[in-house]
Amino acid sequence: MSTCDPEAADGKRHPNPTVYIPQVCLAAAFALLASSAFAGELARQDVQWLERVTYGPTTATVDEYRKLGRRRFLDEQLHPGALKLPQPVADEIAALDISHQDGAELLAYVSRENQRINALTDDALKSTERKALNDKGNKLAYEAARREILRALYSPAQLQEQLTWLWLNHFSVFQSKANDPWLVADYASQAIRPHALGHFRDLVMATLTHPAMLQYLDNAQNANGHINENYARELLELHTLGIGSGYTQQDIQELARVLTGVGINASGIEPKLKPQWQQLYRHQGAFEFNPARHDFGTKTLLGKPIAGGGFEEVEQAVDLLVSQPACAQFVSRKLAMYFVADNPPRSLTDSMAKTFQKTHGDIAAVLATLFNSRELTNSLGTKFKDPMHFVISTVRLAYDGKTIANTHPIVNWLNALGEPLFGRQTPDGYPLGESGWASSGQISRRFEIARAIAAGNGGLFDPEDGTPATSTGFPQLSTKLYFTAVEPFLSANARTALDRASSQLEWNTFLLASPDLNYR
Amino acid sequence: MKRRVFLQLLGSTVPALTVSGQLFAAPPGSPRFLLVFLRGGYDCANVVIPYSSSYYYEARPSIAVPKPGSQEPDGAISLDSDWALAPVLRASIAPLYAERQALFIPFAGTDDLSRSHFETQDSIELGQPLQGSHDLRSGFLARLAGVVNGATPIAFTDALPVCFRGDSDIPNISLKGVGKPVFDSRQAAILSEMYAGHHLQREIEDGLELRQEVGRVMEQEMKEANRDAITPKGFELEARRVGRLMREQYHIGFIDIGGWDTHVNEGAARGALANNMDSLGKGLAALAQELGGEWRNTVVAVVSEFGRTFRENGNKGTDHGHGSVYWLLGGSINGGRIAGEQTRIERASLFQDRDYPVLNEYRAILGGLFASLWGLSSEQLQRVFPGGAPLDLQLI
Repeated sequence: MSTCDPEAADGKRHPNPTVYIPQVCLAAAFALLASSAFAGELARQDVQWLERVTYGPTTATVDEYRKLGRRRFLDEQLHPGALKLPQPVADEIAALDISHQDGAELLAYVSRENQRINALTDDALKSTERKALNDKGNKLAYEAARREILRALYSPAQLQEQLTWLWLNHFSVFQSKANDPWLVADYASQAIRPHALGHFRDLVMATLTHPAMLQYLDNAQNANGHINENYARELLELHTLGIGSGYTQQDIQELARVLTGVGINASGIEPKLKPQWQQLYRHQGAFEFNPARHDFGTKTLLGKPIAGGGFEEVEQAVDLLVSQPACAQFVSRKLAMYFVADNPPRSLTDSMAKTFQKTHGDIAAVLATLFNSRELTNSLGTKFKDPMHFVISTVRLAYDGKTIANTHPIVNWLNALGEPLFGRQTPDGYPLGESGWASSGQISRRFEIARAIAAGNGGLFDPEDGTPATSTGFPQLSTKLYFTAVEPFLSANARTALDRASSQLEWNTFLLASPDLNYR
Repeated sequence: MKRRVFLQLLGSTVPALTVSGQLFAAPPGSPRFLLVFLRGGYDCANVVIPYSSSYYYEARPSIAVPKPGSQEPDGAISLDSDWALAPVLRASIAPLYAERQALFIPFAGTDDLSRSHFETQDSIELGQPLQGSHDLRSGFLARLAGVVNGATPIAFTDALPVCFRGDSDIPNISLKGVGKPVFDSRQAAILSEMYAGHHLQREIEDGLELRQEVGRVMEQEMKEANRDAITPKGFELEARRVGRLMREQYHIGFIDIGGWDTHVNEGAARGALANNMDSLGKGLAALAQELGGEWRNTVVAVVSEFGRTFRENGNKGTDHGHGSVYWLLGGSINGGRIAGEQTRIERASLFQDRDYPVLNEYRAILGGLFASLWGLSSEQLQRVFPGGAPLDLQLI
């Protein structure tokens, strides 16, 4: 019996559970290497570079990298139009409810249902119906997370997937606010992903007009005479300019006035408007600009007058914000914090900001500056993985290309590590630096999750429809991929720990907990 | 308790510390301090209600809490001739106030005017002067732990909060939904050694060790649960665990609670804010109980980044404001009163015609408190709050 066999290696059937170290597998692995697409060796730097551009290497990533070379690989990642999801994953996503109804339809449905349930007089019935409706909403929010996880794991457009996560975090919404469980899927697929590598202005406009954001930051309630400045404040502070960039409380209030009337129309029934307002009414999906709720007075934003004109004021204001040098710096720094270093060098953010301004916020161009920079190369291997990177890269390594059936375990792991998708309560998004994730409590929790992944008993291969699993979940860590992309570069400390493992489970756990796999 | 007694109880220097509570349990009788941070800017005016101000009722037509004695059980609970407590705190905090174990400091807060949650929370937690450059790696509780001889700090949070950032190694663990420890001591040692020489080495050692400690607390809970059918949930369960850990081994603690950003449908005597307050109040009362004999050596401060607009907004909620009301709880505090500088509340006294002013700056309040709690010298206080001018509000 080979010790590469997981059934044997987890100690259940093996007569001598002290021999687990995969050296025995080495010869076999090298034999495989010789005849596979893994011709030639990857340098440490190649692997570390792939750890940044992707959610961690898989056999498919490595093959593509070898085929194209670094420059063309990057080009393909920056312009991923031709890259397609593997068919089984595309099929899984197509089968989800969120693939069949858009946000506007769902919002109309939940609003009608809420009205119907509120009108019920039987309290018991009311509470059952309300629970059923909430369960349905939560199921949709889960599907939204499931889709993001499947795409992060298996989409060949790995940079686009990371950017989608990053923008979802930058323009963060919380799934438990108001009707947002029904909307987060649409938010990700309509407002964020299509623009992830596009123009920053389009991202701002797409999030500004999306009902998920309008509900989350209360702009749906912002109306002439009933000012709510919550969204206006975060649009300046968190989305475009950043705190300390020079805008004032007065600018927040003026921007809030500009944004009056930008809201939601769930029913789809257009309001009756005075004739002079009818021309100015706008709607798309569940987004609505209602002139009857708008403050038509003149505003002054960042010293520039904005004459009362309806929704065009909003477009004018957004143009003004995204053309500020502060915006170019703020967004460049955000990207560099995510891809390069917790405190990225000013030289890098300056040249990125220059590209941003020159290209009017072309995100792919700004990223090209980033990925071609000396600062990126100098930083390789030093960025602590946030929970999303840790979990996704680990599962990509452990189950290389083998599609999981069940995303609940991953949702649970991300919850336990404090970084669930659509789960950030505050609009600032999750922290991007090591200090946000590497406290004593967080690391010990992470090691526990590493063990759960290492044990493979979380149910990743149990179909979500409850049918029996057709394959086991034990991770195959001593694979061709491992010997190509991990083993040659392991630190001495990690090797020592692996040598001390007394079971395959321990060996897996130590590997996943090692500094080597917790930095990218 | 008088300051001298505290000092005597603190006694001589405790040896250099690690987090290992096993080795360095908090000696009985030494002062303990817990900072409770309400993240989101809680609406203080609907919790400690300025009921003598007619402007309060004018400014909040749909969300004002009814005056004491009216509309039972929704009427506020009178604290003195001007202030009253939210009725939802009747069973939890009102009894502590009656026993002089709770006090409130209105018009408290920071001079930071960004009205941004994140900016203001960070600036309070850093505890540095607003002017000049900030050291983002130095929080005031970490500096406090550095000057109080023998004090063991801990954050009861998922992540290490800004106030505990610093050079020293401060452990954190969330007490929400923890299970039994996963690793045995051999496995924990191998994991720790794998990070030997790494900059995360200390965090990893602490984290693995703390998990064992919390495991022991949970074993005790299990034993007690077998005798007592009621198992606390939510913040109350968390607060009980905090109480037990602080009773046994920690001197300086931190915990935070979110959900206070009530822009829409805040409610009055009942509603969203009241529900959140209910769970906070119950948790704090449970904490006091769990601390047992050490409650008399403990001070709990409840703070928030800012108050909210005095007038309700167009959505039956309130927006980001300025001055807040801080709470102090403890077995030996000089409680049962409203402390600090006061002003009459009318439209003209509002800051920028919208918020409570800040008349009692948080660094001055907490500096004065720490001075009397631990007998800190002015040089030590300057290290905790550089450039601060501690206020002696006779809090203890």
